[in-house]
Amino acid sequence: MWDTIFRPYRSSDAEHSDRSAGDRMRHREKVRQSIRENIADIIAEESIIGRDRDRIIKVPIRGIKEYRFIHGENAGGVGQGEGEVSPGDVIEDNRGTVRGDGKAGNRPGIDYYETDITLDELINIMFEDLELPDLEQKRLREIESERQTKRKGYRQVGIRVRLDKRRTAKERIRRRFARERSSGPESVERFPFHEDDLVYRHVTTDIKRESNAVVLCMMDTSGSMDTMKKYLARSFFFLLCQFVSTKYRNVETVFIAHHTQANEVTEEEFFSKGESGGTLISSAYEHALNIISARYHPSLWNIYAFHCSDGDNYDADNDAALRRAKELCDVCNLFGYGEIKPHGHYAYESSMMTVFRRLVAPNFLTIRIERKEDVFPSFRTFLSKDRNPTGGREE
Amino acid sequence: MSGLYSVSDLEYWDKRIQEKVREFGLDCFPQQFEVCDHNQMLSNMAYSGIPSHYPHWSYGKTYEKQKTLYDYGVAGLPYEMVINSNPTLAYLMRDNSLLLQILTIAHVYGHNDFFKNNFTFRSTRAEYTIDTFKAHGDRVRQYIEDPSIGLESVEKLIDAAHAVSLECRRNLAIRKRTPEEEKDVIIESSAPPPDPFQSIHRRKPTPQLNLSKVPLVPDDDLLLFIRDHNPNLSGWEKDILTIVHEEAQYFIPQIETKIMNEGWATYWHKKILDSLELPEDLHLEFIVRHNQVVRPFSNGINPYHIGLVIWEDIHRRNNTPGYEKLFEIREADRDTSFLRRHLTEELVRELNLFEYETKGDQKIVTNVADKEGWLQVKEALLKNVGMNTVPVIKVEDGDFGHNHTLYLIHYHDGRDLQLEYAEKTLAYLSELWHGEVVLETALDGKRYMLIYNDGGFSTKALR
Repeated sequence: MWDTIFRPYRSSDAEHSDRSAGDRMRHREKVRQSIRENIADIIAEESIIGRDRDRIIKVPIRGIKEYRFIHGENAGGVGQGEGEVSPGDVIEDNRGTVRGDGKAGNRPGIDYYETDITLDELINIMFEDLELPDLEQKRLREIESERQTKRKGYRQVGIRVRLDKRRTAKERIRRRFARERSSGPESVERFPFHEDDLVYRHVTTDIKRESNAVVLCMMDTSGSMDTMKKYLARSFFFLLCQFVSTKYRNVETVFIAHHTQANEVTEEEFFSKGESGGTLISSAYEHALNIISARYHPSLWNIYAFHCSDGDNYDADNDAALRRAKELCDVCNLFGYGEIKPHGHYAYESSMMTVFRRLVAPNFLTIRIERKEDVFPSFRTFLSKDRNPTGGREE
Repeated sequence: MSGLYSVSDLEYWDKRIQEKVREFGLDCFPQQFEVCDHNQMLSNMAYSGIPSHYPHWSYGKTYEKQKTLYDYGVAGLPYEMVINSNPTLAYLMRDNSLLLQILTIAHVYGHNDFFKNNFTFRSTRAEYTIDTFKAHGDRVRQYIEDPSIGLESVEKLIDAAHAVSLECRRNLAIRKRTPEEEKDVIIESSAPPPDPFQSIHRRKPTPQLNLSKVPLVPDDDLLLFIRDHNPNLSGWEKDILTIVHEEAQYFIPQIETKIMNEGWATYWHKKILDSLELPEDLHLEFIVRHNQVVRPFSNGINPYHIGLVIWEDIHRRNNTPGYEKLFEIREADRDTSFLRRHLTEELVRELNLFEYETKGDQKIVTNVADKEGWLQVKEALLKNVGMNTVPVIKVEDGDFGHNHTLYLIHYHDGRDLQLEYAEKTLAYLSELWHGEVVLETALDGKRYMLIYNDGGFSTKALR
């Protein structure tokens, strides 16, 4: 007989149970690093504008494979069949079972998996990537705008800070009198507070009409807008939405995609659409104006409009575009035009920058974004034109 | 569930199981069981059960992956985890039912017997396993804490070493010759055969031998070759290469005997539990659990199932009483030889095995277990067990073109290398070698040199 030893269970023996903590942390750092390296792709593919910060996002991890020499596709393999199998049968078809985004499935040897991060984390990484100063980050992160709170009566239940001491004391005295009346004064020696005595102030939040804002995002979706351009555009729109939501309680976003025609679309469509053909910028402005007059009356809504394009417009459309832009300036708090030309694209001056030079309005601005480092500075310049007096100017 | 039985219950059943183990004639190392919870089990899995294993982020990755699968209920945790050491160490998960613990204990004795007796495990020095791993872990931690080395450098080196750690000798029962012995062998074999008619034959010219070539014969152990022939490595770097190499060597027997070993343990847990005369409720649960363990994987290989079926078949076909024949086989075989000898046409058919190939995104069946195809299916299976899944790559020349270039040859067996992985792995090799690395291989039937140097990756067709 061998002396078999049974070691009973020991909970959380630090040496044993948590020894993977260090390696797990290191792994997560690597995941984060990998996300940062691919942030342009991820942000360009993800819907982040106007979403819940706690939303979980699935992010593909590509950077932390463990490479070895492995056999390639012509290696083949052996399986165990259930029931009848005959040569020529397809036992696995990854074309049908790919993930939603059409990326590689579970092909042998492809070490590809996803990790979950919250939108909040993703935004953090984006801020790091855009090199936003800390102070600005904080401003942008505080989405809570000043709440319009109002007292409205009293309640038996509530949180401790809203306890109304005077009324609570009165309640106790009232109860004491009642007791004395029924059983005589000498029966009560000590008379402590009872739960029923507590009175809390009741507070409701009040939504004021001025706290409505709408952000109109317009973008050129002609074929030439590639992933990098979309990333730049999306981060700009994102910053804009975040900024606007710090100032107003109720923020709506409208996405207008245009080529020669303009359409209102969802965020996903906005960034995933790619169409060929020409560009008529005036169509987008006209559509924006229609939406404003139908749904967002300027007296009730603060309107922020921004248009991203790579600047190619039909010459014949320029005058119409200019005219519409003027009209937009009249109804918007801020209207901006951003021209996105990543490196290598700035060889020629686009027609739109020259065209918009003729538009003089205090709340209109054209900016040019060449690199991701430009996003934040141009965003600041854009905000410096905000005419809304409640907002507090940026420098 | 843990409230339903105590350690003394486990000890009671262990005693009864041990009686059976000795009755059947199994020959085991002393055994230790450690009861753990599921978090500890996840941790143990990530580190292959080794206490105080050296740290590396890849184990964190394994942990997270397993945990995600476990949390989402995609994969359960294994009932058992055994470490090949003397005494043999095994973990029992606390939340398992009493029957599962009994089944696991019996199963573990099967592995234990296999570790002690199978020839491939002779090289693992089981009595030192735990201490060796602890010493390795301590040394790596020490390098990490050393301010002149630090986490980043250690991690970078381990990343690179892990990439090629399995490019090493596969049959450790054969002793590796020293360069001197190798030289003697070459001289001996190059001498002309004795000629009884020397006087009438023209004397053959003695061939020119190049005995200064390094290595004299292609070397399997990539990490060790780099350690010994890259003069720029510092002491701690050489030490880490050795540690990673030795760990890979430790696991090779387990890789090489997966089907045999799991089949063996399953065979014995079944035999033992059948003979224990379990009370009816436990017996019913046993049948359910056992069938879960040996259910065939659809479109994959379940080593428990295939191994068990083959062992049972061997016992059936062997007409002598007792288990001597089985013991002989468990001692002298590894998966390749085991399958080659004992996987018969009938079994291929019974197991309903088939061969497939990958075409783009599809897997298409090419051969099934019929008269014409079963042999191909068996050959394909042999290519996909043990170390045969790892491409064979050896060092041909440590100073190719007198240029300090490391020249490697891929021994192509019809299966090409995955090019992206080959490129990245060559980058790691070049990092370890501090210089140019060339790998000769074949792609689509043509010979190529894959080259990695300062200029990055390039390929060159060979005529």
